[in-house]
Amino acid sequence: MHYALCLALFLVGLYGVMVKRNLIKIVISLVILESAVNMFIIMIGYRKDGIAPIMSKMMDPEVFASRSVDPIPQALVLTAIVIGLGVTAMTVALAMRLYEKYGTYDIKEIRNLKG
Amino acid sequence: MDSMTKGMTPIVQAVSGWVKGFILVFGIYLVLYGHLTPGGGFGGGVVIAMAFVLLVLAHGKEEGLRRLPMGVAAELDSVGALMFLIIALLGMFAGLGGSFFTNFIAKAYPGEPYSLLSAGIIPLANIAIALKVASSLFVIFMMLVLMRVVYTEPGKDS
Amino acid sequence: MLELMGLLLIFMIIAAIVAIETRDLLAAVISVTAVGFGSVIAFFYMRAPDVAIVPIVVEVLILVILIRATLRVGLKTFVGNRDFFGMMVTIAMLLVIFLAGIRVFNDLPAFGEPVMAKMMDAPSRIYLANGLNDTGAANIVTAVLLDYRAYDTLGEATVLFTSIIGAIAIIRKKARKKPSEPEVEEWTV
Repeated sequence: MHYALCLALFLVGLYGVMVKRNLIKIVISLVILESAVNMFIIMIGYRKDGIAPIMSKMMDPEVFASRSVDPIPQALVLTAIVIGLGVTAMTVALAMRLYEKYGTYDIKEIRNLKG
Repeated sequence: MDSMTKGMTPIVQAVSGWVKGFILVFGIYLVLYGHLTPGGGFGGGVVIAMAFVLLVLAHGKEEGLRRLPMGVAAELDSVGALMFLIIALLGMFAGLGGSFFTNFIAKAYPGEPYSLLSAGIIPLANIAIALKVASSLFVIFMMLVLMRVVYTEPGKDS
Repeated sequence: MLELMGLLLIFMIIAAIVAIETRDLLAAVISVTAVGFGSVIAFFYMRAPDVAIVPIVVEVLILVILIRATLRVGLKTFVGNRDFFGMMVTIAMLLVIFLAGIRVFNDLPAFGEPVMAKMMDAPSRIYLANGLNDTGAANIVTAVLLDYRAYDTLGEATVLFTSIIGAIAIIRKKARKKPSEPEVEEWTV
């Protein structure tokens, strides 16, 4: 159920990338895609009634190891979010350069102007 | 576009003057205690970059560039990447039979668990990552703010 | 408590649809930030405070960047999607992907049971059991990020570097400095 909802969020983003004509809308769809994927990777490691993978002095290590959520997806997503920001900035820069050249964000019009 | 280059009202400027120091200190705290509490190089670096972004948004780009010039930010970016790589290579040559990214400090001086000076190379690597993330995000934000997009009709001289 | 997570996901889907379908670009940008903040709450709910700190700030930066691209004098507005037939094909294809994806989830354990619980020798178990003794870091995520899998982090730092260089290469106007020109610190674009 939850995985299916996450997939639906992903597909909403994919729909935007494939159907929309506005370049800014396409960038927005890419951001949605990215958060859906990050969400899914974190969801794989979630344990019901789990605890965050940060130890404290009071905690027994054995109990901690048996109740903590999975730390590896969190480590992977942590870096992916920052890289997503870099990629978003790059696509925005690309869209603004295209606007400078053609005077519009409409990709259909851009395609008609120049093949 | 003009609202971004000239800065905001005096109210925003006064409040941001109070808040920006706290944001910076919070970012540094996140970086330094990254191996004990939630945070670490990525989160702390992003928060530090946000302090400078706030400065640019509130006071205009001249003030931001005066505090952290673009050239310095670009060099800090390279320093962060180099520092991370040097930490990795030191593990190889530290003479403890290590490989790339061996935690050589923690092997020699384990330190007290749950204290600030523990975990060997991890705090150092956190600082390197934070430098890298903060300066590269600031550079890309400033590039996008400084970018001047003017559409010239074809046929006219640009 | 798992229903809360489902509600949050439904909120994110609605915000995403609003972001994609609304006519007003500024409203679209703000709605996509709502998706991001929904994911922040979800990360807190799923016991990932390390991850949740980052998108709080990153979403604000994305908002600023996208507003920078959206606010422009004389921006022409236009409505409508691409042609109708193509849209129908797209929706049919998305439906096929959705139905195929649902079947894949049957092989995963239900939400609330991590995949590592099914494998006796999963690396996550080793990291959780020995993390503090091996590295000395109480935060296991940082231990994985900068000690066990630091090589990954080095690669990710390289990717970040490359994407920044790519953006700067797109943004700057002057491609190359001629040798005859004087050396100036030029960051104007």
